[in-house]
Amino acid sequence: MLLDGLTVLYHRPSGMTHILVTPAPQILAALDDRPADSDELLRRIGERFEIESEDAAEAVAARLAELEAAGLVRRA
Amino acid sequence: MRHRLDLRIGPVTFRIGSDWRAPLGELARLYALYPEPDAIADFTVRLEAERIWRRWIRPSVGIRGDYILPDASPLALRHGLLAAEMAMNLQLALGQRSFLLLHAATVERDGKALLMTGESGAGKSTLAALLGERGWRLMGDEFALVDLDTLALHPFPRAISLKNEAISLFADAPPERLGPLLENTPKGRIRHLRPGADAIARMDEPAPLAAILFPRFGRDFERAMRPVGAAEVFVRLTQASTNYIALGERGFETLTGLVAAAPAWGIDYSDTDTAVALVEEVSR
Repeated sequence: MLLDGLTVLYHRPSGMTHILVTPAPQILAALDDRPADSDELLRRIGERFEIESEDAAEAVAARLAELEAAGLVRRA
Repeated sequence: MRHRLDLRIGPVTFRIGSDWRAPLGELARLYALYPEPDAIADFTVRLEAERIWRRWIRPSVGIRGDYILPDASPLALRHGLLAAEMAMNLQLALGQRSFLLLHAATVERDGKALLMTGESGAGKSTLAALLGERGWRLMGDEFALVDLDTLALHPFPRAISLKNEAISLFADAPPERLGPLLENTPKGRIRHLRPGADAIARMDEPAPLAAILFPRFGRDFERAMRPVGAAEVFVRLTQASTNYIALGERGFETLTGLVAAAPAWGIDYSDTDTAVALVEEVSR
């Protein structure tokens, strides 16, 4: 659910509500049922969005770690 | 329980039992125009003597019911009406599962409902009561009941709990609509006001949400009105809800639907006329 630029998400297994900013929703969408490491994720996101930043790989890895800590992403 | 009273307020029926006659007598007078309950009570509220001998010696009212907060502290018997109000609020806040419950005041005019929420002391209850005397239908001063299927707001027009300075604003109300003045309660001075006859007669009529307001009252506030973004509204309404988490995904769907359905405004005011004018402006 998109609410003025922020994505609010209900996580069914935990019953928790999360509020996500870019690029977290894009990472979750790119992971949808298809596991990937952070390099593969960057490639998938790059297919759909123009990536300008030079340290994008670092940023995706960091956001991925945060999503894992929040319980929204787990290691396959 | 020695004494008993059944009350229906909107879609909610309470059975209130008490060790004493007095608080129930005051409640019955305040709720005199409300329809007779026609269903089994949803919530049971008990006003019990803290110790059995305390029914007579320095009586003190403990609040009990289906749901209990361990630190709900006893009140003096002369504040029995406040005890009943707090007990009813507590049972509804902890036990309601049929609606998304928001700690908010609601008013309606021309089929459009406004939801007003804010921290305690922001003035939502007073503002709703004022609007109720100025052409709006008061739907509730404390709780908004959001329909989980239609997102409509259902009225819960309990007796309004006027606090401190707000009491004098309603000094001209017909005496039969006012409860006794309760001095030195844990919440300060309190006086209850029965909503207008229209609010009671139409308490089974829900209305769709037209706007969300975050009123703020402060003596030195400049008159102000600003739009509030949907994400902020969502977060603030989760905080204003007593049962958002308990409702799980249905609560999430209801709240996101509600936030998407209506614009939201923050309004600041330092006097009641400004507040009413701002509400009129928003609802235009």
